[in-house]
Amino acid sequence: MTAQTSQDIIIAGVGGQGILTICAIIGGAALNHGLHVKQSEVHGMAVRGGAVVSHLRLSSGSIASDLIPLGAAHIILSMEPMEALRYLPYARRDAVLVTNRNPVRTVAAYPDEKLIEARLKEWPHHVLLDAEKMARQAGTVRAVNSVILGAASAFLMIPEADMRSYLERFFERKGRDVVDKNLAAFDMGRVMAK
Amino acid sequence: MKTNLWLGDEAIAQAAIDAGISGVFAYPGTPSTEITEYIQQSAEAQERGIRARWSCNEKTAMEAALGMSFAGKRAVVCMKHVGLNVASDAFINSAITGANGGLVVVAADDPSMHSSQNEQDSRFYGSFAQIPFFEPSSQQEAYDIVLAAFDVSERHGVPILVRLTTRMAHSRADVVRRVDRPREQKPVKFPSDSRRFVLLPAIARRNYAELLGKTRNFEEESEHSAFNVLEEGGDHSVGIIACGIAANYVREVYGSKIPHPMFRLVQYPLPRRRLAKLMQACKAVIVFEDGYPLVEELLRGVGGAPCAVKGRLDGTLPRAGELDPHNVARALGLVSQPAVEAPPEIVPRPPMLCPGCPHANMFDYLREAIAGSPGARVFSDIGCYTLGALPPYEAINSCVDMGASITMAKGAAEAGVHPAIAVIGDSTFTHSGITGLLDVVEDRTAVTVIISDNLTTGMTGGQNSPATGRLEQICAGLGVEPTHLHIIEPLPSNHQSNVALLKRELEYKGPSVIISRRPCIQTGKRSG
Repeated sequence: MTAQTSQDIIIAGVGGQGILTICAIIGGAALNHGLHVKQSEVHGMAVRGGAVVSHLRLSSGSIASDLIPLGAAHIILSMEPMEALRYLPYARRDAVLVTNRNPVRTVAAYPDEKLIEARLKEWPHHVLLDAEKMARQAGTVRAVNSVILGAASAFLMIPEADMRSYLERFFERKGRDVVDKNLAAFDMGRVMAK
Repeated sequence: MKTNLWLGDEAIAQAAIDAGISGVFAYPGTPSTEITEYIQQSAEAQERGIRARWSCNEKTAMEAALGMSFAGKRAVVCMKHVGLNVASDAFINSAITGANGGLVVVAADDPSMHSSQNEQDSRFYGSFAQIPFFEPSSQQEAYDIVLAAFDVSERHGVPILVRLTTRMAHSRADVVRRVDRPREQKPVKFPSDSRRFVLLPAIARRNYAELLGKTRNFEEESEHSAFNVLEEGGDHSVGIIACGIAANYVREVYGSKIPHPMFRLVQYPLPRRRLAKLMQACKAVIVFEDGYPLVEELLRGVGGAPCAVKGRLDGTLPRAGELDPHNVARALGLVSQPAVEAPPEIVPRPPMLCPGCPHANMFDYLREAIAGSPGARVFSDIGCYTLGALPPYEAINSCVDMGASITMAKGAAEAGVHPAIAVIGDSTFTHSGITGLLDVVEDRTAVTVIISDNLTTGMTGGQNSPATGRLEQICAGLGVEPTHLHIIEPLPSNHQSNVALLKRELEYKGPSVIISRRPCIQTGKRSG
């Protein structure tokens, strides 16, 4: 995958799940790696528990649109299983789908979880993670984002070392303990994606 | 130079700092909030003593910025598109007084209404005020324009409008800072003409004539602007006019090479000669613009021109909603479709009040208190509590503009509606509710006002709310009787007593205010 000159990534989830943190880490690491970055975010009303999506585009050349065209995304990254499916129209057929499998059921009629899981497994190239459980094993349930980031890193055009060092820098001011737990979560996610 | 991954909002903020502003004036509003927040958090801005606190509303912000410009210093004022409605009196008249120190007004529009009640197009305000205005096509260009705009403002002696859309404001891209350190702030220097800012009719007529005289210069500057660029293309069956970020979508859908000539329109007023030249060379032009069809309408004129004008008005593009790679591709006759559809099981996930939100308790009380009054109507306002319109609350009957809850409840009460209830947040009350409450008190109208006070501006991310700690004094000062001015704490344990109090006040045939006060669960989490 490293030979690829550009990558379009959809990052999805529910408002409050830390979508912007994931974007900031991938975007920052990409910039450090010398790539061009465009990243469209959602702020305002939608972040109050609504469906949230971010379009993240990386390229060795210049990037035109802030938004990813339909059918163009190489990676769908999601913090929530139903939200992963919501943005499939943006995915290429050969896209990798990496998602947390822990549902956020705060909608009136959340669909049958088994059906959602089955739909996710229908996607040819998928990585489903119990990110909450893995984050707890890594030392803190707050490291769910780092589990997802670790899994995603297996497919990103950014070298693993760059991702890890940027993650480290990102959590630095929260102390060594937080850094270590997030790195552990990152590594667990990455192993699962292999 | 170091590359930064900046939001359009952040690029604008840094450019304003770099241009040597002495102050930013704003009221929070999506998608403009991050401009002011960036300046508030900037170490450089703090070192230089740049004033950056939130204003009560967009009008007070605009007027304070004009005062700073009067004193010869540079100021930027930021707001969302509907905020410019609130500021419009000051804004339109600032074109008549003119600017002394550089004055830049940033209005962030929200096409597709991601977080707004309409998708009005602020470019019309630029035309309305008859001043130069800009719509950047990239985050880098946003930086470059704002850095230059203060000079343009001072050169012409008028305020400059910069229009953004949500996608520009809330997208990050690599941006290069053009200067190492911010320019020096300007010293106090009063306008050379001491009567310029006194808009007595005789002076206003003279000033207005001057402004009209300048419009030719504005047009000439647009004609020669380096921001307005024609990119040549061989196929003249269609010419493309792309406003702001629309050019990026056109580039995206064609890949490397755009076969048609494309005019990137960034600086206004319209460069008519250059556009006319393009229209003479092409059989048709398609206008891609976010918001309303401003350029398209201007180019259409009346009667049949040889060059057809296409865009939002003839169905080439959707009439409403933001542009994206999909609708731009379709308009250019290119294929755009998803490889797969989303599975049918997916349900929508609208935003909602957070678990533990104090507004939620308040709505519970209100619903119970009016359960036996089929004639009761609840007029609400702009903020998180607008989500009280959705299930499970379905508790409000209106949400129109900042402050409209109290005044609409008043008018409805005067039409015979009882109980007429207003639900307004603390920050919205300070923004535009106070004068409405004075109307209610003055007329002794039977309106029950619930100020849902979470001690912050919650919806936009928890900014300072200027009346925190003195709402009751404000209400008492406006003349609300002490016996009908109450403070309750919206906790489940106070349910019975709060419902009873509410019921009592709803029966009262005069002005009453209930302040329902508990800190926002989000800002509480952050500070705790």
